[in-house]
Amino acid sequence: MTLSEEELAEELRADVLTRPPSRARLIAGRFFRSGQGRLGFAVLALMFLLAFAGPLVSPWSYLDKDFTAFLRPPSPGHWFGTLQTGADVFAVTLRGMQKSLIVGLLAALVSTALAAVAGAFAGYFLGWTDRTVTWVSDLLLVLPAFLVLAIMSPLFGAGRWPLFVITLALFLWMVTSKVVRGMTISTKEREFIQAARYMGVPPVRIIFRHVIPNLSSLLIVDATLNVSTAILTETSLSYFGFGIQPPDVSLGTLIADGSRTAVYAPWTFWFAAGLLVVTVLAVNLVGDALRDAFDPSSARPR
Amino acid sequence: MAGFLARRLLNYAVLVVVAASLAYLLAATALDPRSNYADRTPKPPAAVVDAQLSALNLNDRTPLLQRYATWAAGVLHGDFGRSVDGTPVNADLKRRMGVTFRLVVLGLVCGSLLGVLAGALAAARQYGWFDRLSTGLSFVVLAVPVVVLANILILAATWANEHVFGRQVFLVSGEHSDGLDTGFWGHTLDRLQHLILPTVSLSVGLIAVFSRYQRNMMLDVLGADYVRTAMAKGLSRGSALVRHALRTALIPVATYFAFTFGTLLTGATFTEKIFGWHGLGEQLINSIVRNDVNTVAAVSLLAAVAVLCASLAADLLHAALDPRVRAR
Repeated sequence: MTLSEEELAEELRADVLTRPPSRARLIAGRFFRSGQGRLGFAVLALMFLLAFAGPLVSPWSYLDKDFTAFLRPPSPGHWFGTLQTGADVFAVTLRGMQKSLIVGLLAALVSTALAAVAGAFAGYFLGWTDRTVTWVSDLLLVLPAFLVLAIMSPLFGAGRWPLFVITLALFLWMVTSKVVRGMTISTKEREFIQAARYMGVPPVRIIFRHVIPNLSSLLIVDATLNVSTAILTETSLSYFGFGIQPPDVSLGTLIADGSRTAVYAPWTFWFAAGLLVVTVLAVNLVGDALRDAFDPSSARPR
Repeated sequence: MAGFLARRLLNYAVLVVVAASLAYLLAATALDPRSNYADRTPKPPAAVVDAQLSALNLNDRTPLLQRYATWAAGVLHGDFGRSVDGTPVNADLKRRMGVTFRLVVLGLVCGSLLGVLAGALAAARQYGWFDRLSTGLSFVVLAVPVVVLANILILAATWANEHVFGRQVFLVSGEHSDGLDTGFWGHTLDRLQHLILPTVSLSVGLIAVFSRYQRNMMLDVLGADYVRTAMAKGLSRGSALVRHALRTALIPVATYFAFTFGTLLTGATFTEKIFGWHGLGEQLINSIVRNDVNTVAAVSLLAAVAVLCASLAADLLHAALDPRVRAR
C-alpha cells in the first residue's frame, strides 16, 4: 500500500467518523429516549402483531360459528368467549381490529397527502388557487361530515370499503391544509426556494421537491394524529351502521352489537372497546412523542 | 370593519346556500323514500304511492331539479317541507332544537368550567402531581370515543342502581318519565336523573380538551413580563396568577367555547341517540334511516348555520376581549 493510498484510507475513515448523524436517526433517537414514545410504539407494535398474527394461532376464523356454544364466557376453547351467533369473539375482534387499523392508516395517509398538496398549492400560487382551495375547505367544514358519510353508506357495501376510506379522508384534511398554506407562504420567501425559482425550476416541481419536504415534520405528526381521528370516526359511523357494512366487521359494529348484550355477557363488549381505546391511546402517544422529537423546544425540560 | 363584516357575512350566506343545496341534492339522489312503502301490508297500489310521494315533493319520478326548485322555494319562505309521514318538518325541528339546546348548554358549561379549572390548576404547578394526573387522564379520555364512553356510563349506572342504591337513581333513556304525578319538585328531580348521564358523557371529552388548551395557554402567559412585574410590585403569586395570567389566558379559550357551541349542535348526535334524547342529532340519524329527504336537508342547513354563526361569534368575541386584535 503506497503512502497516498494510506492517506486516502485515513481520510475516508475520518470522513465516516465525523459525518453528522442523519436527521432521521436524530429524530428516532429523541423519539425512543422519551418514555412516552417507547411505550406508545411498543403498544402499537403489539396491537399490529395481535391483529395480523393473532388469527394464525387461533383455532377459529372470524366466519366460523360454534353451534355448541352460544354466548359463552371466555374458556380455553374460546379465549374471549362467544357471541350470540356462536362466533368466536377473539377471531371476530381481531378481524375488526385489522379493518379499523387499515382504514385508519389509509384514511390518514390520503387526508394528509391531500392537505399537503392543497395547502402548498394555495400558499404558493395564492390568488385564485388560494381562494378556491380556501372556499372548498370552508364548505367541507360547514357540511356535517357524518351526514355525507351516512348518506353514502349504501355504496360502501360489498367490499367497497376503499371508497369509504377516501370519503372519510375527504373530511379530515381541511384544518391541516390551512396550517400548510400558512407555512408555505413563509417558506416561499426563503433563499433556497427563491434560488430555485430564479434558476427556472417549474413551480409544481418546487412545491414537490422543496416546499412539501420542508414541512415534513408537521405532516408526519399530523398523519399520526389523523390515524386516531380516522379510527374514532370509523368506529362511530360503523356503530350506527353507516360505516363498514356486514358481512365485514369493524370494531364499531362489534361494539354496537356488544353493547346490547354487555349487561349479562360483558366479554362481548369489553374486549372490543378495550382494544380500541388502547390502540387509539398508543397512536396518540406516538404522535405526541413525535411532535416533541421534531421540535425539541416544545419538549418538557428535564 | 363594517365592510369586512359585510363581505364575511355575504361569504357565509353563499356557503350556507351551497352546503344546504349539496346536502339536499345528495340526500334526494341517495335516499329512496319509495322503499318505505315496499314492505307495507297490504301493498299500496303504485298510483297511490306516486300521489303520496308527489304531495310530499319526494317522488323520484319528478326530475331532480324540479324537486330541488320546489324545496328551495319553500325554504326561502321559511318552510322546510314535510317529513315522510306527512308531518311538517318545521314544528318537529323547533321542538327538537329546544331539547338539543338544553343538553348542549349544560354539557358545554360543565365541560368548559371544569376543564378551565383543571387546566389552570395544572399549569400553576407544572409537573406537579395534579399536572401529571390530569395530563394522563386527558390522554386516556381523548382515546375513548363517545359511543364507547356512553355505553360504559350506561353499564356503570345500571350496576350502581342495582348494587349501590337498590333503586333507579340514574335513568338512562329519554328526557323525562311519562305520566309522572309528583308535582313540580318530583318533575325536576326526574329530569335531573335523566340529565346526569348524557351531560357527563358530553362533558368528559370537553373537560379533557379544555384542560389541555387552558394549560398550554396559561403556561405561555406565566413567563410573560407583565406577570413578573405584577409580582415584583408586591402581588402574591396567587392573585397575580388569577388577576393577570388567567384573564389573559382565558381569551383564546372563550373563542374556542363559542366555536364548540356551534359544532356541538350536531356533535351531540351520538350522545342523543344512545341516551334516547329526541334532539336534532338523533333526528339526523333517524331521518337517514327513514329516507326522510326533507328532514335531512333541514338539519344540515341548521348545522351549517350554527357552525358559521359560531365561528363569526368566536371572531367577534376575540376582537371584543383582546384589544390587540381590534387595533389591526
